[in-house]
Amino acid sequence: MSQATASQTAAPELAGEAAPAAESARALLSVNNIEVIYDHVILVLKGVSLSVPKGGIVALLGANGAGKTTTLKAISNLLRAERGEVTKGSIELEGERVQDMTPNDLVKRGVIQVMEGRHCFEHLTVEENLLTGAYTRGGDRAGIQQDLEMVYGYFPRLKERRGSQAGYTSGGEQQMCAIGRALMTRPKVVLLDEPSMGLAPQLVEQIFEIVKRINEQEGVTILLAEQNTNVALRYAKYGYILENGRVVMDGPAERLRENEDVKEFYLGLSATGRKSYRDVKHYKRRKRWLS
Amino acid sequence: MNLRTIAIWAVSVPLVIAALGFFHQALAAAGWIAFFTWPFYFEVILNGLLQGVMYSLVALGFVLIFKASGIFNFAQGSLVLFAALTMVGLIEMGLPWPLAFVATAVVMVGVAIAVERVVLRPLVNQPHIILFMATIGIFYFMDGFGQTLWGSDVKVLDIGIPKDPIFILGGVFEGGLLVQSFDVIAALCGALLVAVLAVFFQYTRIGRALRAVADDHQAALSVGIPLKTIWAIVWSVAGIVALVAGIMWGGKLGVQFTLALIALKALPVLILGGFTSIPGAIIGGLIIGAGEQVAENFVGAAIGGAIQDWFAYMLAMVFLLFRPQGLFGEKIIERV
Repeated sequence: MSQATASQTAAPELAGEAAPAAESARALLSVNNIEVIYDHVILVLKGVSLSVPKGGIVALLGANGAGKTTTLKAISNLLRAERGEVTKGSIELEGERVQDMTPNDLVKRGVIQVMEGRHCFEHLTVEENLLTGAYTRGGDRAGIQQDLEMVYGYFPRLKERRGSQAGYTSGGEQQMCAIGRALMTRPKVVLLDEPSMGLAPQLVEQIFEIVKRINEQEGVTILLAEQNTNVALRYAKYGYILENGRVVMDGPAERLRENEDVKEFYLGLSATGRKSYRDVKHYKRRKRWLS
Repeated sequence: MNLRTIAIWAVSVPLVIAALGFFHQALAAAGWIAFFTWPFYFEVILNGLLQGVMYSLVALGFVLIFKASGIFNFAQGSLVLFAALTMVGLIEMGLPWPLAFVATAVVMVGVAIAVERVVLRPLVNQPHIILFMATIGIFYFMDGFGQTLWGSDVKVLDIGIPKDPIFILGGVFEGGLLVQSFDVIAALCGALLVAVLAVFFQYTRIGRALRAVADDHQAALSVGIPLKTIWAIVWSVAGIVALVAGIMWGGKLGVQFTLALIALKALPVLILGGFTSIPGAIIGGLIIGAGEQVAENFVGAAIGGAIQDWFAYMLAMVFLLFRPQGLFGEKIIERV
């Protein structure tokens, strides 16, 4: 795999300078060559660039520790709470530099992250959880009530469980609650981190279906970090693959799905068809002998 | 707290009180303690409960800050002292007490904002032990600063609460039960404060945000709740609770340096009730107040007295052994 250019159009070498600027003009969110360091020593992102078009669904793919979550947190600026820092590059929302803003400011501007592992407020009821999402909107009662109904429209399950403490609801319900809470902020772009984690395949499918509907009907842009490459590439329009803090490949979702390397490394398929379980086992056993 | 727990408490509390009564009666019959009469027993319990409300008031301040930030705020006692000193100082300058109260409340909010700016903000994301050490620093600073401003003499804080002894329930017990009217009024104020706080936490936008922060800092941050504002609000509320506690304790004991040390009395209350629970702080205070009065008045004489000084700590220790999260400590929700 070779380092791919961030630009999806095959721009000539000389125009390389101008291309990102032109791109960020039509992109809702653009991340330009950022580097993130934790605790002043641990280099996690080594120059990540990506751009998210308005109204799109973009997937960030990669293995554990590739830097997906860090990229999202750099955008929503939850990094600072973990003593991480963007040391190079820039992050722009509709052409405005946003990397020094507090999460509060970013939420007001329409950038919200749904964190990995849901992070619902366990001791608050489902409805109270949703209402915390409206915190930055102040006293706009009518609007908040209307959005609450909108969220219940997408997630009827939440309406049934509105009075239960979120900590006692199921994993799927908590994921819905977290997404619903994000919608209550009236976002432009939702950074969705690992929504499939720990959920049954059917439920994952259902949640992605709803996310897609939200994207189409509410015009909310989605930037998605997923390990479940298969599902993510089916719902996303464009994908970036991260490895060791770098973007190693990017392209429209269909192209990535067809790519041999992606098939082999992320979808568990190879050119010779699916490997049989016996071969896999054999391979592993041999490897253990050698090491 | 759901209906079931309330029902359990409604049944078990009278049972425990009765059982303790019979226990002491038996002790008296066996000749181990000097005497026992039921009216006196109830009088002791009642006064203990009223005393307990005062402990709860102090413990409440700890719970507020612990819930919202996970910090055990050692400085709460010195906030009580500082509030009481400021209040007395303002009254001495000639302000009528309601005006002095409001002015002191404003000062306490100012203190809260200053603490957030100067101490908490630079230490954000540090381990809790470091924040705890910082609150010890705040304790000594507030302690010294208050006395520098207002002098270190023992002062009388009198806002006109009557202190006459009154007799109640004369129909049930011969001669009635003797209580101090001051204690009754203090208890009512405490109850009112708790009710206001409960409504604030349960039904307002800020209250909801406070509970959200208490549950999960990171998630709260991610939905755009500004932690700094929330902390300033929590410290302000804790400061106003400290003010009420300061008025009550200062009215009872006089405003002096040792007022800051009532924080130490709140510690067993917190261990009993649970660090994260407002009802826990109230009920813990009541149990410790009543318990230590009963122990002092009946068993105390038999084994040399001064049980009052260590009874609460002993009770706390028993709790640490058998129920470390306290009676109402936040249940850790675990799903399998």
